[in-house]
This record gives sequence, C-alpha cells and structure tokens, in this order.
Amino acid sequence: MSAGDLLQRDSKAVTIRRRIPRWAYPLAIVIVAWLIGWRIFNNMLNLPLQTAQTTPFHLWLDQVNNWVGDNRDSSPVFVYFFDAIRDIVGWLASMFTQIFVHTDVGLQLPEIGWLGVIVLVTWIAWLIGNYKVAILTAAGFLTFGLLGLWTESMATFALTLTAVFFSLLIGIPVGVAAGLSPRVERLVTPVLDFMQILPSFVYLAPLALVFSIGPASAVIATVIYAAPPVTRLTAHGIRTVPATVAEAADSLGVSRSQRLWTVLLPLARRSIVVGINQSVMAALSMVTIAALIAAPGLGVPVLQGLQSLNVGVAFVAGLAIVILAIVLDRVTTAASTRAEVAARSTSAGRKRARRVGLIIGLAITAIAIYLSRTVLWAAQFPTEVNFGDWLAEVINGFSTWVQHTFSLVTINLNEVFTVWILNPFQAMLTETPFILVALVILTVALLFGGIRATIVSALCLTVIIAVGLWEDSMITLASTIIATIVTMALGIVVGVAMGRSTRIDRLIRPGLDAAQTMPSFVYLVPFLGLFGPSRFTAIAAAIIYAAPVAIKIIADGVSAVSKNTVEAAESTGSNPWQIITKVQLPMSRKSLTLATNQGLIYVLAMVVIGGLIGGGALGYDVVAGFSQISLFGKGLAAGVAIVMLGIMLDRITQAAAQRNMRTPGASEVNTAHQHHQRTKKGTNHEIDKRQPAALLQ
Amino acid sequence: MRLTSASRRRYFSSAAILAASMLLITGCSSSLNTSANSSDSTSKCGTVKLAMSDWVGYTANAAVYTYVAQKRLGCTVKQLPLTEQVGWQGLGDGTVDAIIENWGHEDLAKKYITDQKVAEDAGLTGNIGKIGWYVPPWLAKAHPDILDWNNLNKYADNFKTPESGGQGQFLDGDPAFVTNDAALVTNLKLNFKVVYSGSEAALIQAFRTAETNKTWMIGYFYSPQWFLAEVPLKNVSLPKWTEGCDAVASAVACDYPVYHLNKVMTVKFAQSNKPAADLLKAFHWTDADQDTVAKYITADKMTPAAAAQKWVDANKSKVDAWLK
Repeated sequence: MSAGDLLQRDSKAVTIRRRIPRWAYPLAIVIVAWLIGWRIFNNMLNLPLQTAQTTPFHLWLDQVNNWVGDNRDSSPVFVYFFDAIRDIVGWLASMFTQIFVHTDVGLQLPEIGWLGVIVLVTWIAWLIGNYKVAILTAAGFLTFGLLGLWTESMATFALTLTAVFFSLLIGIPVGVAAGLSPRVERLVTPVLDFMQILPSFVYLAPLALVFSIGPASAVIATVIYAAPPVTRLTAHGIRTVPATVAEAADSLGVSRSQRLWTVLLPLARRSIVVGINQSVMAALSMVTIAALIAAPGLGVPVLQGLQSLNVGVAFVAGLAIVILAIVLDRVTTAASTRAEVAARSTSAGRKRARRVGLIIGLAITAIAIYLSRTVLWAAQFPTEVNFGDWLAEVINGFSTWVQHTFSLVTINLNEVFTVWILNPFQAMLTETPFILVALVILTVALLFGGIRATIVSALCLTVIIAVGLWEDSMITLASTIIATIVTMALGIVVGVAMGRSTRIDRLIRPGLDAAQTMPSFVYLVPFLGLFGPSRFTAIAAAIIYAAPVAIKIIADGVSAVSKNTVEAAESTGSNPWQIITKVQLPMSRKSLTLATNQGLIYVLAMVVIGGLIGGGALGYDVVAGFSQISLFGKGLAAGVAIVMLGIMLDRITQAAAQRNMRTPGASEVNTAHQHHQRTKKGTNHEIDKRQPAALLQ
Repeated sequence: MRLTSASRRRYFSSAAILAASMLLITGCSSSLNTSANSSDSTSKCGTVKLAMSDWVGYTANAAVYTYVAQKRLGCTVKQLPLTEQVGWQGLGDGTVDAIIENWGHEDLAKKYITDQKVAEDAGLTGNIGKIGWYVPPWLAKAHPDILDWNNLNKYADNFKTPESGGQGQFLDGDPAFVTNDAALVTNLKLNFKVVYSGSEAALIQAFRTAETNKTWMIGYFYSPQWFLAEVPLKNVSLPKWTEGCDAVASAVACDYPVYHLNKVMTVKFAQSNKPAADLLKAFHWTDADQDTVAKYITADKMTPAAAAQKWVDANKSKVDAWLK
C-alpha cells in the first residue's frame, strides 16, 4: 500500500470520528509477527557486542584520533588554522575573565569588583529590559555572592558571554542564508541536528586534543551546542516574513542587501532575539560538561560534589546556575518585547523620566565601578556572609533523610518495574533477529510518519548496523521508549491540570523551569541512593529532565482550546472527565504529538548521563570512550548511533505531528496553538530550541 | 520601520555612552592590583600547571606540593581538575606540566612517554595503590568465608539483581580505571555478571546503600580512597598475583598487582631546571603521611590548603629534604 493511500484513508477515518483507528490493524499484525519471531528465532542474528569488545571500524577511529595527536604540532592545518581559532577564542575568553573574574597581576583582582558588576548588570538590564528584570538581576547576582560562589559564578558568566558571542557570530549569518535559500537550509539542517544531538562527551576529548585543554576548548564545545538554536530561529524569522511585504519592497526597487537590512532583518528581529535567548540557555546547560576539560566556573563544584557524593555542594552550585539562567532568560525576553511595548504605550513624559533615570543610573554605575577598583571591600565579595555552606548542609541532611526513609521501597519499585516491564520489552528488541526488528520499526514509521520518514529511518538503521552497535542501540531504544511513555503520561496528567487552571499553572511552572535548568549531575547522587545503579535509575533521571517540557507543551495546548468550545460542551451537560477526554485532549492532539517529539529528544539527551548511573549500552559506551583511550572509537560510534536514533525518532514523530495538523478538525486549534507557543514563553528554553526543527518547518 | 530604526539608534547611542564611560573609568582609576605589589619571587619561579584528579590521595599529594611550591619557592600553581586521560593528553600538548599521582596506565605511558617522548617519569611518590574486589563490612561479618573467591559461587544467587540476568551482580565503577573484572569472572568460572555502573559516584553510593540496608553487594574498589574511612570495605582475596600473570588481558585469572604510584611530568618542564620541577622530582612520602593529610581533608573537613599547611608545619625536616 502506498503512502498516499494511507494518508487518504487516515484523513477519511478522522472525519467520521473513528472508534478503532485504521492503523490499529496493521500495527496489531506487526506486533503479533514480532512476538512470534522473537519466540522462534530467539537470540539469532541479534548482532551482540560485549562491553569491552570493539570492531575494526572502532579501531580505525582510534587510529584517526592517534593520527591527530601525532600530527598536532607539525601539520600546517593545525598550526595555522586551528591554533588561530584557539587564539581568537582564547583572547576574548581571557578578556571577559580579566574583567569579571581575575587578572594575572598583583592581587589578581578582576578589573571590575563585585559591587561594580552588580550595579553594571542591573543598569544594563534596565536599559535593554525594564525595571522589573533589573531588580531580578540585582537580586540574582547578589545571591551568587551570598552563596559564596561569586568568583565561580563570574567565571561561568564570562565564558557564557564568550560562547554566546561566537554562537551569534556564526549562527545569525548562517541563519540568514538558510532563511533566504531553501537549498542552504536543506544543507544546514542535518548539520544542526548533529550538533545538537551528538553527546558532548563524544567530542570533548578530541576538541581538547585539537584546541588543547582550557577555556578556549570549553567555549568551542559550548558553541557547538549553543549555535544551532539561534541559527534555526534566525532562519525561521527570515522565512516567515510575509511574502507580500517582501514583494512590496521589491516593487519599490530596493537592492537585495537593502531588502535584507531594511525589511527582512527588522521583521525577523523578534524571532532572532528569541533565538539569542535559546542560545544563552543552551550555553548554560554546558557549564558542567565544560568543567570536564578544565573550564573554570560553577561546573567545577558540581563535579566535585558528585565525586565526593556531597549533594549539598553540587546543589548550591547548581542553584547558582539556575539563578543565572533565570536572570539571563528574563532579561533577554524583556529585551525582545521592550522596543515594541515602549514605542506603543508609553507617554513622552514617562519616556523622559526613564531617560533621566538611566543617566542617573549610569553615574551610579560609574561610581560603583570606581569603588570596586579602588576599595577592597567593593572589589572582593566579603567572605563573612556565606549562606552556601549552611544551605549545603540542609540539603545534605534532607537528601540523607529521603534516602534512608524511602530506599527500601524504591529499590523494590525498581525491581518490579525492571523485571516485569523493562526486561521483557528490551528482550523483544535485543533477542529478535535484527532484520525483523528493523522491519517492525519501518512499519511503524510508515504507519505514523509516511514514506519520507520511513526512508530516513531505514538510512538511520543502516548506519547503526554499520557502526556495529545494534544491540546497544536496541537496549537504549527500549529505555528511551519506556521513559518517553512515562514522560507523556506525566505530561498529560500535569499538563491537563495546568491547562485547565491558571492557578495550578502558576504554582507548578517555576518548579518546571528549575527542573530544566538544574544540571542533572546534581540529582544523580540521591537517585543512586534511592534506586541503586541501574537502567531504571537512568530512566528516572531522563523523566525528570524530559517531563517539564512535555508538561509545558501540553498545558499550553490545553489552555489554547477555545473557551467557547469548552463552554458549549459544558452547556450540553458534559462532566469534567468527558470534557477532558472528548474535547480538550482531542483538540490539543497537535500538542500531544509535539510533546512526544520533544519528550523523545529530551530523553535521548540524557542517554549519556544515564550511562554514568547504570544505564549501560550506548550511554556507557560514550562515557567509556571519553575516559579510556582504547575505547575512543567505540565511544564515537556510540555517539553517532545516538544521533541516528534521535534523527529517526524525530522525523517519525515530526511527520506524525504534521499529519495531525492536516486533519480537518484540528487545524483551527493548531494555528491558535502555534501562535500561543510562539508568544508565550518562560524558561522552557529547549522546547523552543528544537521547535523550529520539529514544528515550524 | 521608523520606530525600529529610531530605537536602534537609541540603543547604539546608549551603548556608546556606556563604552565611553567604561573606558574613562578604567583609564582614570588606578586598580588595587597595581597599587598592591605582591611577592617579587613569582616571576622567578613562574607558573606550574598541575592536573588534578579527584580522589583524595591525589588531592593530598597536590595540596602539599602546591603549598610548598607557593610558600617556600614563591611559585604560582594552577590546579586543573581533569580526568586521567585528559590530563595525560594535556601533557602531550603542554597545557599540563605534571601529574602527581599516576596509577599504571601503560597504554598512555607508551603513547606519551615512549612514542611521542613528550612526557617522562618523575619518580615514585612512595605511596602504594591496591585494586581489588570488595564487599561491605556487614557481609564479611555475617559470612566470613565470602572473603575467599572460591566461595563466591556458593553465594552467587544472593547477589542477583534485575540488571544481572539470573547471575550474581559484580559492580564496576568509573570506566577510566584499570579493570580485569570481566576476564576474571570468566576465567575463574564464577557465576557472576559484571554490571557497569558507569561512574565512581554510582559505585560508592551502591556500597553505602548496601551497608546501610544490609543488602548483598560485591564490586571493584581500591585504596587509598576516602570512602574507606566512612565504610571500611573488606577485600575478597583472589588468586595471588605473580609476575606476568596479567600479561594477556583476556586470560587474566589472578589478583591485581600492587601499584607503586609515580609522578609524570613533561620533558620540557623536567629540563627547565625550575625549582618547581626539582621539587616535583624530589617529592616522596609514605602512606602514613598521605593518610594523615587525607584524613585532615575528609574526616576533619579541612580545606586541602589548610591540611597541607598543618602537615608541613609538623614535618619540616621532610620538606627541607625535598628542597635540597
């Protein structure tokens, strides 16, 4: 049957409000065939590879790595190209470091001490945002000092500024090019996918080899992850400029560059600023990873806390990262709305008052900077006030209490779940011949995604087989699917509750923001205490990371369902349960598929972290490749396999989402929802980060 | 359109004011840095970049070296927290000058010392490292015969977990560490499966939970390690190590060798004749010394620098001998 047939049948089925979806029969047949195949051909052709085993391909990758190390100092490519990049990046990083963190002369005080920095950033927040975010900024930066982490926070701030600068330097021009030319976009999209899904553990050691250890490498690693969001959103902004506006400009006879500078860029400005915001958030999520190659900053105490199992220390540093993320998010968001709001609604008198205020603020800033350069108390944050140690103790006590109280229950929960759900499902994937499993996956892709998604999936599966990691990929896939199902269940329950009540939404949303920006390394230790090292623990950690995104998307989808529709249903006497299941959920079907897409990508982003706490399979391969020179090739291959799983799952769910958009009843909701998604945003950085890929193509 | 360009102009002018005033301030005010002159000797000794691994024995070595190099020689010591492999890589490209406690790593030694000739052995630290199989103390007390590997199969069922697929679970930690455990399990015909927890934190937490909840657990561990002060794990004896018994990785059926831990430094640093390089070569102490400093750091919760100072003050003659 062709994809066209499928499509047609699918949309017909929707219009007559089917009870049993049409895809149910083929799916049932496939599952039965799978079960039979699993029983008959148990453990045949399942392509196993032991943990310490490698393939010739992996060894070849090792040799490539060695070759790079051997030719590092002699090859002109390195001496003139890579070293030049390193020097430029290093120069900017060291400039920001000298301003905010420390200098190399005398007392090694920074150019601007703590008082100067706080007043300066507050003034800038007011200048580009409003007084509310200025107050937030002052409070946030003051907290860094009170937590006893001023220097570390400033080191992270300095490196983040550097990384964001280079992300924009690369991302905006590339985004403009991709927005103007569909061909460039087709070329760039897979590269961006790779940059975002390839686990940073994979390229950390090679980066340190090419650019040597230290801030420059850390910045480059961060840029790899942080440049894609701004690139995608710039392209999106340019692409969505209404054709009529562009044509009007053309009819006035402007040149191409004039059109870009006077029409396209100003109209895409909002989208670009959202992209900058996303890139800042992505850069902050790399703080802990960067510390692995000796980047100074808040990542160092997080890692040290993990090594010494001191949850409190890791938590306090993680809290500082969350605060920095929230401050930067709110300030950039305020900046993106500021110009419009100010121009539209403020009277001339208020404008003048603001301008006078800003000039007075500038004078105060100058005085504060002067003080922080000449008086010791304003230069060095006083060590007497330090709530960090106290907070760490409190958190440690709490963590110990939780572990002692619940660990027996949770370990049993782990056992029941693993024996009855995870092990059988994983066995179905790993013990069935690979051809049969691949056929099952491709059929699912065809049923839900269509012909294009099926072709992409076939390519991805071929690469996975070619890099020799089929079995590990299937183990990871099993955990990924189960984690996504739980994530979705949580997403629906909490998301519906939030979507139906603004009060609940307001109560829960800050917690979701924090859960997303808190580095996962912080909660690994209590999780290990509760569940022990196991695949279940890895799944649980992935859910914590992925659920907030799914919850937010579903909540936004449910709250976007038109009030009239809900009231109409209420007037016919439907009870809340009926309204949820018959009206609100079906009408936010688009959000559900989008949430599934994001849930999957987020769960996959945690595969490597899972490898640190017993998740095994691809995640462990990547971790081992980072720390054992002889397993480098296998680690890299595992990274590629993760990217393949990611692209495959993304394309299938994306295609499914687009199909839903085409179905009649849902279209109205979708446009409303899309709009809603674009205008309403909190710190849910990574939702938006991948949204252009997943949703707005 | 006019609005946006107007607002853009305003931003530019504000930014210009900001930049100008910043320049003014930086130019006019003298920084505390220039008014306060710190020790002159800094320039003479220069900077030493020391890789920092995260176990406490390493921290103790590094703390004492750093303290002596700073206070007695006036050097600047930059401590770079790095994993072992990345630390060696740093020796290769010169971003790291020295590693102050090295556990074997023959593959890395071959690559950077023998083949690339960028690093060299800087002598022994005097400390001895032991790797082995360990069980929590409650288990050793309840079943003393478990401390002999011959009896492990008898108890294999008790070590079963959902992760180990019907066999007993043997837990491994950080993949960076030297392990022969999978080969040992096979070659000693043990009914166990090696489960890779993936990190040292996971391994330690598992031992801690096992001791608290009195659950069964066996795994890889090593000494010296700070956690042994909290939970004194008991070593399970394996067939005795003999010279060459671990030559073929897949055929290993004997205990781990005793590691005489050493220091590694770059050839460039070694030949620089800097006092800090000579201090690194001379640095040598006993297990008791290292344990003392490690105890100050873990049990007494002192900062590494304070712990180092306390030990140095009490051991003047040893320190003087290094500096001769």
